[in-house]
Amino acid sequence: MQDLLQHLINGLSLGSIYALIALGYTMVYGVLQLINFAHSEVYMMGAFAAYYSASALNLEARPGVLSLMILLFVAIFFCSCLGVLIEFLAYRPLRKAPKINVLITAIGVSLFLQYSAQVFFGADPKVFPQVLENTTLFTFFDVPIKSLDLSVFVVTLVSMILLYLFIFFTKYGKALRAVSCQIQVAPLMGISVNRMISLTFVLGSSLAGVGSVLVGLKYPKIEPLMGLLFGMKAFVAAVLGGIGNIPGAVIGGLLMGLSEEMVVAYLSSTYRDALAFGLLIFILIFKPTGILGKNSAEKV
Amino acid sequence: MRNVFNVKSLPGLLANYALVLSGFFLVQCTPKNTNEILIGHFASLTGTEATFGQSTEKGIRLAVDEINAAGGIKGKKIKLITMDNRSQAEETNAVVNRLIEQEKVIALLGEVASQRSKVGALVAQPKKIPMITPSSTNPDVTAIGDYIFRVCFIDPFQGTVMAKFAFDNLKVKRVAILREIGSDYSVGLADFFSKKFKELGGEIVTDLSYSNQDVDYKAQLTQIKSKKPEAIFIPGYYSQVGLIARQAKELGLSVPLMGGDGWDSPKLSEIGKTAVNGSYFSNHYSNDSDDPVIKDFIKRFKAKYNEMPDGLSSVAYDAAQILALAMEKTSELNSKNIRDQLALIKDFHGVTGKISIDKDRNAQKPAVVVKVDGATNKFVTTVNP
Repeated sequence: MQDLLQHLINGLSLGSIYALIALGYTMVYGVLQLINFAHSEVYMMGAFAAYYSASALNLEARPGVLSLMILLFVAIFFCSCLGVLIEFLAYRPLRKAPKINVLITAIGVSLFLQYSAQVFFGADPKVFPQVLENTTLFTFFDVPIKSLDLSVFVVTLVSMILLYLFIFFTKYGKALRAVSCQIQVAPLMGISVNRMISLTFVLGSSLAGVGSVLVGLKYPKIEPLMGLLFGMKAFVAAVLGGIGNIPGAVIGGLLMGLSEEMVVAYLSSTYRDALAFGLLIFILIFKPTGILGKNSAEKV
Repeated sequence: MRNVFNVKSLPGLLANYALVLSGFFLVQCTPKNTNEILIGHFASLTGTEATFGQSTEKGIRLAVDEINAAGGIKGKKIKLITMDNRSQAEETNAVVNRLIEQEKVIALLGEVASQRSKVGALVAQPKKIPMITPSSTNPDVTAIGDYIFRVCFIDPFQGTVMAKFAFDNLKVKRVAILREIGSDYSVGLADFFSKKFKELGGEIVTDLSYSNQDVDYKAQLTQIKSKKPEAIFIPGYYSQVGLIARQAKELGLSVPLMGGDGWDSPKLSEIGKTAVNGSYFSNHYSNDSDDPVIKDFIKRFKAKYNEMPDGLSSVAYDAAQILALAMEKTSELNSKNIRDQLALIKDFHGVTGKISIDKDRNAQKPAVVVKVDGATNKFVTTVNP
């Protein structure tokens, strides 16, 4: 019983991070119908931006909430800029090109960032500064609840709710939905399409920035290829939940984390990824649009 | 705008390619400096095991500089050519081929990770270039052929050492194993440990695995915790072990962790922080020793690099010294003669102990067990073969 509870908490904590990254994939897909493969690299770059600013400001010597806020701010700012820049340089010129061209470009940008990072940062793993002590907040049926696990979970849920409210209850959100629905007609209503798309990238990349700092604190080993597997799993989580659907991304992420954890716990650790991905394929056979996806889904 | 992939430039591309190729052949035709002996070193200077390659390179470089300063070998200076394989097996294949075919090295030194040493050995053996791996401990590496040597102990010995140490010194009876699946080194070491520990009368309560890309090991550790082991054997590499130790501590697992020479890196305590303290691992040497040979080596190493040598630097230093000794003893300097002399090495008093090459081209030598204490590794005991 106690083990099961511990496994559930581990799975939720891992799944929350997948969910946070999955939100970024789902946002961009919802608006542009583009799978932004570079998203996982934006996340990786965020971790490095936080790492270098922390060592420049010597934040590790002063752990605390203030240092964490500084790191979060740096990562969010850097990731948003990078996201917008990628959109401006790589995707915007191809706005009228066939979808497959943009997709290939996205893969290219992703590889470009991975290998540039290896050149500039070096390929050896770096140790992420521990600006927040991971303390035990309380014990729940003898299972310690860690501050980091809880904060990752809370941040993910809060991000999801804020994003949802933003998209369905603000004017900008309405404009985003208009662009997502009819990209040709939206300008006729006085909506600047380019501005809205930039906004999408700002939002998605900010979440990647938050994710990168939280992952850095939780698994303090960062390297240029860290986004590869994490990004892939987050992407699958977004598809599983129904790509383009915001609560779906979070549900998909949590499910992914839990299923991975349970596979290792009760089946075999060797087949962790194989079985976790197999389960997802199984679900998609019965629900091809994902758990919350509808065939004519209103996208983001 | 649409025509992103410009087809017209294809002939141009081919022309470029031809130009590069011709340049390549030109390089090959330039006469080599005959006053130099070319030695190749393939290493993981970057990538997941970057500190392994860097430590090894430091040890070899120090040995080569010392040999050259003392007049070289048969009046010729050694020229060391080091190439990076980015901690990848595929890259190793390309790099070793290049060292042999293009750079024309007479002998090879390398790798730390057994998997990549095997790749290198598979290239070197058919081309009859002697290769010494300083620190690959998996037995299969030297079994590839008669040109492949090593100057470290092998995993059956290392696994036995840790099993004995756990049973006799730590006095534990129930041990859990967490191995990296897909790593020849980790799987081999785990198997040998498990076999010996059961022979001694201990119990392996659970045997789990993780894969190279994982960063979350809590599922395995939670399962291990429920089995209540008295110690955990994790024969992996430092960058993962650091994270595993942290997560074990977070889950409230406070039993000692044990490992092999793959733990030997300053990054272990950088990543693992206090969670790795009090862990034990078997290693090639301990810099916390009274042996005058070791003390003198540490002094020279510190003078050159301004840091303490780790186990990998020391064993790499010995590898280069043994290669130099074999080259010095040859009647005529060629790959075949170097191989024959390497096979005859006996009682070489290196930094990592007395080394003799046995008939399987493995080194017979002692292992030490050290205890992690912050950034330093405290010497615990020496185990002879």
